[in-house]
Amino acid sequence: MRKYIAKRVLTSIFTLLVILLVLFILMQLMPGSPFNDEKLNETQKATLYAKYGLDQPVTVQFFRYVKNMLTGDFGVSYNISKNTPISQLIQTRLPISIKIGGAAVTMGALVGLILGLIAALNHDTWLDTLCTVISVIGVSVPSYVFALVLSYQFGFKMKLFPMLFDMKQAMKSSFLPSVSLSMFTMASIARFTRSEMLEVLDSDYMLLAESKGISGFSLIFRHALRNALIPIITVLAPLIVDLMTGSLVVEKIFAIPGVGSLLVNAIQSNDYNVVISLAFIYSAMYIGIMLVVDILYGVIDPRIRLAKDGK
Amino acid sequence: MSMAKKTKAIVQTFTPQADYTPVDSDFVLKDNAGEIAIDTNFASQSFWKDVTKRFGNKRSAVVGLVFVIFIIFMAIVGPHMNGYDYSSQNLSTKNLAPRIQGIENLGIFDGSEKMSTTTGIKKVNEYANKKLYDTFYWFGSDRYGRDIWTRTWTGTRVSLIIAVAATVIDMVIGMSYGLISGYFGGRTDMIMQRILEIMNGIPRLVIVTLLLLVLKPGMITIIFALMLTEWVGMSRIARAEMLKLKEQEFVLASKTLGAKSFHIIFAEILPNIIGPIITQVMFSIPTAIFTEAFLSFVGLGIPVPQCSLGSLISDGYNSFTTHPYQIVAPIVVMALLMLSFNLIADGLREALDPKMKEM
Repeated sequence: MRKYIAKRVLTSIFTLLVILLVLFILMQLMPGSPFNDEKLNETQKATLYAKYGLDQPVTVQFFRYVKNMLTGDFGVSYNISKNTPISQLIQTRLPISIKIGGAAVTMGALVGLILGLIAALNHDTWLDTLCTVISVIGVSVPSYVFALVLSYQFGFKMKLFPMLFDMKQAMKSSFLPSVSLSMFTMASIARFTRSEMLEVLDSDYMLLAESKGISGFSLIFRHALRNALIPIITVLAPLIVDLMTGSLVVEKIFAIPGVGSLLVNAIQSNDYNVVISLAFIYSAMYIGIMLVVDILYGVIDPRIRLAKDGK
Repeated sequence: MSMAKKTKAIVQTFTPQADYTPVDSDFVLKDNAGEIAIDTNFASQSFWKDVTKRFGNKRSAVVGLVFVIFIIFMAIVGPHMNGYDYSSQNLSTKNLAPRIQGIENLGIFDGSEKMSTTTGIKKVNEYANKKLYDTFYWFGSDRYGRDIWTRTWTGTRVSLIIAVAATVIDMVIGMSYGLISGYFGGRTDMIMQRILEIMNGIPRLVIVTLLLLVLKPGMITIIFALMLTEWVGMSRIARAEMLKLKEQEFVLASKTLGAKSFHIIFAEILPNIIGPIITQVMFSIPTAIFTEAFLSFVGLGIPVPQCSLGSLISDGYNSFTTHPYQIVAPIVVMALLMLSFNLIADGLREALDPKMKEM
């Protein structure tokens, strides 16, 4: 198990380094120099280059870049808000995005689990069909279509929820964005729960449990669901990625001051520095989540743990 | 009657006449059509015939297929169905609501829309106000007076081309990568899988965004970006299938006969794994459509005046509270398209592998 974890951690660190290298190369390729001021003469420029270490070999620059990125020093923004440190921009925005994303995952997972359970327990009835239809629609229709429909119906027409994000009523205005983001998670979890539950319900140990006289609630929740839940953890990682992509557009539609809308703005105003910093943050978060999910999976499922140890 | 007597009688009856030669009319075909019906449960059938039958039995998959065929047909024919073209602007007929000949008399699609004003909601008909009695915009017109019907189907065409092209390239790259990695195994496999793991560790969003920052936005760039991100899933499937097949006897037979690795991989094994690959293609197409739409929405999509479903949705979004009809058509087409491809993929997966657990 320890060997497995060590291997996964090493791969993750290496991936992060590769990403940093790509980002660094991109920064080098971007046109222009940080000191594009006509008032500066050659010697002044040279002094500035020396001051910021730009006269040193590329490798040295790269390692300093890695150090800066890892310590959260992303440089300053050029276009969006001039000369504001990017870490400061991100600090105020990241919590909002995480809150909405977290709410979406929680809501999606819970509702998905319930739907999947209902479908599996009522296999081949109209309830099953209904749950399948809901999950197929949820998987196929992109989150921003849901966002637009919800914001038009409940925000604009019925005026139940604010159409645009409002810090003063954060709870109420996070509802629609979270719901639209959660649809995909909900649908995928529902499908997965259903198929896993069907398989578990069909297994010999369920027959044994039933013949021992265990019934009802305890049978479903203690014996079936617990075993069905294990593989569901594996689908969580790809879902979180989808959530990241979805959040960009959904945050824009609801005017949420989160990192997603910051990235969209940065792309639209060609603020390379912000885009690259956010790319790094997204990658780091993604790699971190994948690592945690993989290790968790190994810890929870004894079959994997033992198999990995056996090697 | 005793036994011996009976036998004698029979022998007497059937004693052949020595001088008789049989003629054709003595032989008649037995009419047993009712008995020889093939037992479909046990008769051997070709694999693809089986697949087609199972696919046809799945109603949702057939519905999906019908929708996809219809949308493809409209993407080809739709832009030429009325006199408008997708890029010509006419500011005097901007923001007109949908109006269709004939149907307008039924009270729908008559060119009127509800306007929210300070005095309440009122119904206005811009066609009547502007005295445009012979003008018909089937899906309405946008803020530059372009016909949304024509633009929707042109956009569908662009989105479909991007999705299909990207997916086909993905398929070729991912499939070859996975097959080669799986076939050779050992160190080759180890190195190739580590590269894959790193590629997989980078979020797709980041790759696409960075690439489009460096390259000029356009159809080729989007296809390239999609190509870079989608092949990983395809190669996983190809590798898994390869590992299942490469120990089988027909591969061994081919090797014994002196076939080269290249021949074994692409001529012997590839035809056997085409099923799962096609299913994966069907799952990849909606992802590609979605990614393209997403890119257009954040402003990295197809440059104007060209349009795709994504750019139409992002255009319509700007005025979706005042003129909601502008966003309805592209959104409906995109949602239908993605839904249908998913349904087809689901149906195909089940048809190809009926033993597989239900998803």
